[in-house]
Amino acid sequence: MLGTQSSLVLFDEECLNISSILHKLLVEANAKALFLVDKDGQLISSTGETDQMDTTSLASLTAGNIAATGGLAKLLGEKEFSVLFHEGEKDNLHLSLVASRVILVVIFDQRSSLGLVRLRVRKWNEELEKIFNALEKKAKEKSSSNQSFFAEITDEDIDNLFR
Amino acid sequence: MSFINYASREINLKIVYYGPGLCGKTTNLHYIYQRTAPDAKGKMISLATETERTLFFDFLPLSLGEIKGFKTRFHLYTVPGQVFYDASRKLILKGVDGVVFVADSQAERLDANVESLENLRDNLEEYGYQLEKLPYVVQYNKRDLPNVTPVDELNKLLNPGNVPEYCACAPKGDGVFDTLKAVAKLMLINLKKSER
Repeated sequence: MLGTQSSLVLFDEECLNISSILHKLLVEANAKALFLVDKDGQLISSTGETDQMDTTSLASLTAGNIAATGGLAKLLGEKEFSVLFHEGEKDNLHLSLVASRVILVVIFDQRSSLGLVRLRVRKWNEELEKIFNALEKKAKEKSSSNQSFFAEITDEDIDNLFR
Repeated sequence: MSFINYASREINLKIVYYGPGLCGKTTNLHYIYQRTAPDAKGKMISLATETERTLFFDFLPLSLGEIKGFKTRFHLYTVPGQVFYDASRKLILKGVDGVVFVADSQAERLDANVESLENLRDNLEEYGYQLEKLPYVVQYNKRDLPNVTPVDELNKLLNPGNVPEYCACAPKGDGVFDTLKAVAKLMLINLKKSER
């Protein structure tokens, strides 16, 4: 798990790997749409029928939902509730934690089932965990190699943003 | 905590508006929402009670433009101000990159401001953050009302660290964007420093 103060950094390579896994999971689980959301509410990646969805709001509310459930878990002496399921009339929502840091959201309808989604999520969760664990190491190496792009931002650049 | 996406060239940062109940946190976000161009903002979400008191949080995503080819996106959150919502309030602070403390300038709310600021420090400490080390600004809201505490006095109690402070009247918008710009700027400067 990443430390409390560290940033989440995503590079092209990992972004492609994540997209590829999400796409495979989408097909295998017969899902409608998939989202990967940071626990702080930032959308990392999505695939499927997302055109009509407000993805930013979905990410923020998902994180709020997981945070509230995590608070409930602690009250009951549990470390966390790692899977959540919301059943609707048409669409259902399956939320699960990846590497205790990222939330995998699966939206599915009658074309799939909870059992199938759970099975496929479990299968691909490990692959996603590997990516995020590797990403953590890579981000640390990059920030300590002192070649960061952000160090080159000037005060003028920042001022220009607010003109 | 910031999210830097090199693939889509985006920087995402989280700002939390904190303060006692009815100090005007949600009003700040409403004003920003109303006065921002449609292409620069997303939908504003309010998880509120039937009497429009914030129950969990308000959320407003904003884009401020590009910096060295990176899109800057800010996620603005408010916390529920009422004392008994502390568990929810704490959750919203997780991963915060910058804090705006909105104080209610009315003399009778002085104690509530002090209590809320102490609560902010306590809740941040539980995540291992220190208010002094975070990008942080103070807004003295409701300056248009009679019976307000003088700014000097508020500063002594609520701003001993002398961070940027702004007087505001949130429904009219006075000081609202100044406050937002100040915290956004501090956050970008902080990001630059931390990446050095």
